[in-house]
Amino acid sequence: MNRDGQSAIVLSKRFDVIVVGGGNAALCAAMTAREAGASVLLLESAPFAFRGGNSRHTRNLRYLHKSANSHLTGPYLEDEFWDDLMHVTKGKSDKYLARLTIRESNNLGAWMIGHGCKFQPSMRGTLHLSRTNAFFLGGGKALMNSYYATAERLGVAILYEAEVIDITIRDGRFASASFELQGIRQTVEARAVIIASGGFQANISWLKECWGDAADNFIIRGTPYDKGRMLRVLLDRGAKPVGDPRQCHAVAIDARAPKFDGGIVTRLDCVSFGIVVNNRAERFYDEGEDFWPRRYAIWGRLVARQPDQIAYSIIDAKSVDLFMPSVFPPIKADSITDMAHKLELDPTALEATVRTFNSAAGHGNFDAGKLDDCATKGLTPPKTHWARPLDTPPFYGYPLRPGITFTYLGLTVNERAQVIMQDDNPSPNIFAAGEIMAGNILGQGYIAGFGMTIGTVFGRIAGKEAVRHVIETYKRS
Amino acid sequence: MTICNACRYCEGFCAVFPAMELRRIFSEQDLKYMANLCHNCRDCYYACQYAPPHEFMLNVPRVLGQLRQETYPEVSWPKAMNGLFQNNGRLVSLVTALSITMVLLLTLLFRGHDVLFAAHTGPGAFYRVIPYAAMVLPFSVLAVLVLVCLWKGFANLWQTIGGKPEELTNRSAHLQAIWDVLRLKYLDGGGHGCNYPDDRFSMVRRYFHHAVFYGFMLCLASTTAAFFYDHLLDRLAPYPFWSWPVVLGTLGGISLLVGTGGMFWLSRQMDREPATRETLGMDTAFTVLLFLTSLTGLLLLCLRNTPLMGTLLAVHAGCVLGFFITMPYSKFIHGIYRYAALVKNAIEQA
Repeated sequence: MNRDGQSAIVLSKRFDVIVVGGGNAALCAAMTAREAGASVLLLESAPFAFRGGNSRHTRNLRYLHKSANSHLTGPYLEDEFWDDLMHVTKGKSDKYLARLTIRESNNLGAWMIGHGCKFQPSMRGTLHLSRTNAFFLGGGKALMNSYYATAERLGVAILYEAEVIDITIRDGRFASASFELQGIRQTVEARAVIIASGGFQANISWLKECWGDAADNFIIRGTPYDKGRMLRVLLDRGAKPVGDPRQCHAVAIDARAPKFDGGIVTRLDCVSFGIVVNNRAERFYDEGEDFWPRRYAIWGRLVARQPDQIAYSIIDAKSVDLFMPSVFPPIKADSITDMAHKLELDPTALEATVRTFNSAAGHGNFDAGKLDDCATKGLTPPKTHWARPLDTPPFYGYPLRPGITFTYLGLTVNERAQVIMQDDNPSPNIFAAGEIMAGNILGQGYIAGFGMTIGTVFGRIAGKEAVRHVIETYKRS
Repeated sequence: MTICNACRYCEGFCAVFPAMELRRIFSEQDLKYMANLCHNCRDCYYACQYAPPHEFMLNVPRVLGQLRQETYPEVSWPKAMNGLFQNNGRLVSLVTALSITMVLLLTLLFRGHDVLFAAHTGPGAFYRVIPYAAMVLPFSVLAVLVLVCLWKGFANLWQTIGGKPEELTNRSAHLQAIWDVLRLKYLDGGGHGCNYPDDRFSMVRRYFHHAVFYGFMLCLASTTAAFFYDHLLDRLAPYPFWSWPVVLGTLGGISLLVGTGGMFWLSRQMDREPATRETLGMDTAFTVLLFLTSLTGLLLLCLRNTPLMGTLLAVHAGCVLGFFITMPYSKFIHGIYRYAALVKNAIEQA
């Protein structure tokens, strides 16, 4: 059934549980509900080849574990996990749900393996995360393939290219969902619904409501199918929002990346080794404030505030081998003037900027491996580490644009993953999991592999609670 | 490859990606090395965010398969033969058909139809159909020629992938490579198998390939045992069922039948998208030839006391002849060249 996106499901049938979405949270919810005995229909808006939402771009997941195992090098305990989370969110988090997520993530790896996940044995070079984060063998798309195979085997009915357009809610209760499949609109009823359809970061017109026309120059790092349709429908139907509607997780990526779905390879790690200028050839922020992995997430917003939402990172020959290679080759030039021409910047302005920078730079000892004391003197904005002058041709330039990873606005949920309505009462049979409710826990910031943790934990909770509700309705009838 | 090197999600699957991570730019040599290191397990294709229909259209197994196919004519010896890799499937089939016909015709011509179509039993029965000299001489000459061609090909490939001659004496690298071959390490996709026939992980391709490899080895052992029986013990074929040559040959033959049959079945079932279309003919012809050789061998064993024996012997000998003639220019060489890549990998990763 349906490996080619086709299906013989009889849609007059009523399901116990409908899952809207097709990423990690949706699959965890669908598998859990199906294993508990419910009939489950999963509606994925993307075609087969692009199934899996943003999970197809992920690589690892962070979970609580008391000791090392085949894919993690040491223990990761509750206190440390809690501190890591509070550090990035600066306390902007529903503490109760955050604590629940961390505790429920205990030994998640075993459950995942039981559902087809394959982890990569801990090995060299996995981004200093090998103790806290378990890496999927082959990455998120391979994980999604395994989950889909398991869900199919369990008997979850799956439809691709089935975009849910609307849902009917009566007195705070879900009644039916209508979706479009191959241009035909159909309505299907169910006793419970789990919304796991992601954020709205691929919806440019929605982004424009917050960012204006600047959003036209944003690049969406992940799936083009996260249009936030369900989020809008539910908010319109009386669900209570959570998270800052104007915020999104934005990193600086290569401006030559495709508009959508460029994923991991568009990442650039060169910023802290050179200077970054806007299209007036002016520097605008301390490039060496901290290690790049701790800073890339603020650079998305920094670039978004520059004219035309573009910036250029320029390094010289001394630094070209200090960072991970990226997919687009750098723009190479033998002089700063030449570089200005190639980047279409004003040569005089760029030369002046580089001259000023060079005369302030070069104090202290450069060391790429630590926060060194190589800083500029008397320069605004300063460069506080790795500030070597740009003096060794050839020079290399990379254009930067804001790359949107996800949005923070979501649906408020309780510990049973039930969606909270405007009157602060939970809906008995509308559940949410994954990116669409992550804003409850991640009010701001991000830590690697935590989106997948939220999706897995709340996917399982939603699946379990949806079935609990279904059983209660059977008992009553 | 620059996409892969910026992503690296696949590094746990096989040796190709860790080899890639050692480099920042890729020379022709590097690419050919990685192409021959690739075991075509397809795990990276199904795991790839950038596989078609993504606009990057990244199809690693197909591209490496094409590159691999390009290295074959380049390194094969003698150079005059490098045209044989075009339409290789048709060529191998044709050579085999000609070999069978030739053996049949020669037998008919020199021995007559009463020999070919009669039952022969007892020691030396095979030689009554095809005389000792006619059987042993051509195969001995051919074996030497084939070995020379294979060695030359191996040495050329070693140079093509950037290996130095003195590195070939690295014993621990050879041991590591042999161990990788015997386990078919890189058909295990980091412990879970290949993605055949679809995106689900399965060990089935590895097991079928094991059946082919060890079946072939058993048949080689059978032939070696028969050589000792014939020349040292003065016992003439056909041998009784419970003798080393027949037991080894029977096990090997069955194993080859299962393995090649399975590989063929997989190649019919498989998703064509990551496949290298240019090599399908070559792959199929080789698989079918091995299948026919073991089938006729086993039939000969079962029917050796009937009047069909003569014909079957001639057909089997024809198949084996075809196999040997095409050996340096058929799919057989993939094992030789992959071994070279594995040795280089063992040196590099040591």
